Amino acid sequence: MKTVKSAAPSTDNRWRIVDAAMRRLGFQPHALIETLHVTQETFGFLDEDALRYIAATLGVPLSQVYGVATFYRAFTLKPKGAHHTCVVCTGTACHLKGLPEILAALEAELGLSPGGSTPDGKAALMTARCLASCGLAPAAVFDGKMVGNLTSATALKRIRQWVEHES
Amino acid sequence: MNPEELLQKNVSHQLTAEAHGHDVRVCMGAGCMSLHSDQIKSALTAQVKQHGRDKSCHVKGVGCMGLCAAGPLVSVEPQGVLYKEVTEEDAGEIIDSLNKAPVARLICPTDTPFFQNQMKIVLENCGKIDPERIEEYVNADGYIALIKALTEMTPNDVITQVMRSGLRGRGGGGYPTGLKWTTVAKADGTQKYVICNGDEGDPGAFMDRGVMEGDPHRLIEAMAIAGYAVGADTGYIFVRGEYSMSVKRLRKAIMQAERQALLGKNIFNTPFSFQIEVRIGAGAFVSGEETALIACIEGRRGVPSPRPPYPAERGLWGCPTLINNVETLANIPSIIRNGADWFSNIGTRTGKGTVVFAMTGRVQNTGLIEVPMGTPLREVIFDIGGGVPDGGTFKAVQMGGPSGGCIPEQYLDMPIDFDSLLEIGAIMGSGGMLVIDDSASMVDMAKFFMEFCRIESCGKCVPCRVGTVQMHELLIRFSEGTATERDLVLLEELCDLVRHTSLCGLGQSAPNPVLSTLRYFRHEYMAQIRPDFGANGVDTHESRSTS
Repeated sequence: MKTVKSAAPSTDNRWRIVDAAMRRLGFQPHALIETLHVTQETFGFLDEDALRYIAATLGVPLSQVYGVATFYRAFTLKPKGAHHTCVVCTGTACHLKGLPEILAALEAELGLSPGGSTPDGKAALMTARCLASCGLAPAAVFDGKMVGNLTSATALKRIRQWVEHES
Repeated sequence: MNPEELLQKNVSHQLTAEAHGHDVRVCMGAGCMSLHSDQIKSALTAQVKQHGRDKSCHVKGVGCMGLCAAGPLVSVEPQGVLYKEVTEEDAGEIIDSLNKAPVARLICPTDTPFFQNQMKIVLENCGKIDPERIEEYVNADGYIALIKALTEMTPNDVITQVMRSGLRGRGGGGYPTGLKWTTVAKADGTQKYVICNGDEGDPGAFMDRGVMEGDPHRLIEAMAIAGYAVGADTGYIFVRGEYSMSVKRLRKAIMQAERQALLGKNIFNTPFSFQIEVRIGAGAFVSGEETALIACIEGRRGVPSPRPPYPAERGLWGCPTLINNVETLANIPSIIRNGADWFSNIGTRTGKGTVVFAMTGRVQNTGLIEVPMGTPLREVIFDIGGGVPDGGTFKAVQMGGPSGGCIPEQYLDMPIDFDSLLEIGAIMGSGGMLVIDDSASMVDMAKFFMEFCRIESCGKCVPCRVGTVQMHELLIRFSEGTATERDLVLLEELCDLVRHTSLCGLGQSAPNPVLSTLRYFRHEYMAQIRPDFGANGVDTHESRSTS
């Protein structure tokens, strides 16, 4: 079994978690996606240092690491700026049951559009393909908490609470 | 551990279960969980303690009970009472009523078609057993099929049973499972793999999630049987990244199975060894395509490759690989346990067994259901589903998500199976079933699915990469009412081109929602054409006079 070839980008102890993930899969190139998952869970996003380190350690060309990191939607190369996130489900059932109206209301009332954040940067709006909670459509996740049978009013209320509470 | 010992363990657990007296089951499926059923479970557990009934009552979390629309659901056994829309505040009353009459205001009647007209094979344990305890699965006849296969059958016997059962792949294509197993078994090579495809990417589908979260041991047992049959010693379960609960439960189940020597080296003291690893997807619809899925497991970008060679000959790391979908594999333990004849007696001539649907949209009883193949759609939607709520009128049912098509009213009495659906321009698909009422525009639905395919197209082949963008642009014109007759011609031409020239299933099936809505709801497209913009200046005064 190979050992860690290159030194971690910093003395941050969190790199040990990343190393452990790579070690578990024997530092094989096929550990790439698993490693990216763990790195992102640990640091919140994947920066250039992380990509270079993982590429060197797993013996995968940096271009391929970059390719994989940008191909999949789960990975992000930028840190999350907002304090709060709302992830709306854009699945079929949610679409049919009024998601477009909710999105329109968020845009009109709060200037919040998918992929963006409120003007004060406190709340970000993201989309998910399908949260597989179609029985409760439309559904969204507010700071990790799932809310079903969403309406424009409830969505606005929740996000306003974040924005007002913080100011 | 030999079969007898396992059976003994089975019995001893049964005894403790009986000693409990009451079993209070809290649905921990995705739907109920999002209504915080975990807090209800804690409240019930606290109440049991408070009532001093720790010894005679056992509160447990179970997989999806099916009727997501009425969640959070709680059931009490052995009385067989089902409670709906339970809140934390109801916990005391429920525990208090255990030896008395049930809490009337919370009762969810189970003598309705929703519960009576279903037939459960794949979901037989979902909503009944605690998915995080191997004992409960064993107690429900779990791993008996694996013992039977390993100790009483040759790999060839297992394949013969699967072949004779008539099981067909539930991932969409409907390819005969036995045939796939035979190909892998016969392929040259000492190293072979089994992959369980749990990359359920269709928006609106959550059947596989139901199995992975509600009955994970079933998949492990099925994969081990498949490994034995085709001669593989390693299996991978590829789970969609969004399903963190599935990943957690599968990993726990694998650990438990390893501890009981149901996975690992020399299972049941036979020469057969099998290990399973969970691999997590990272959010790409196309990675559900089998060659793309293999690329994903290998740590590469999940883009498809041309077939042949098929994975059955050259798959993971160039080795023969069996890839089956979650629902397909979930049938295997029941087939081996009860025999091929039992299974092939269920369903239609060309579609055996049952089919699981995630019923959503404008229908009363949204949730997870399982019915025998050949059940007419009308029964599924109007009896089991309870029809369209709020006085709406049924318009169509969309099956198979972005790769599928819609079925209008006139075909509702047709029995569902692979071939009948294909005939009318829809597909069985993975099992997403979206009921659409007359308030929805079919053009808008087609646009929705095309936008999905446009975003999810991996970009490897031109017809799909460019075609989906162009078709989506055309559909936007239709939905905005600025389309011309020429746009309709272009749209149909593009559908044909993308369908026939794309590399993988994503592109080949991307035009399906457009084609099927054009087939049955052409008038909705025509109504969106600007009357004064006829094709090549053709006189369109007729439509102008009516607008």
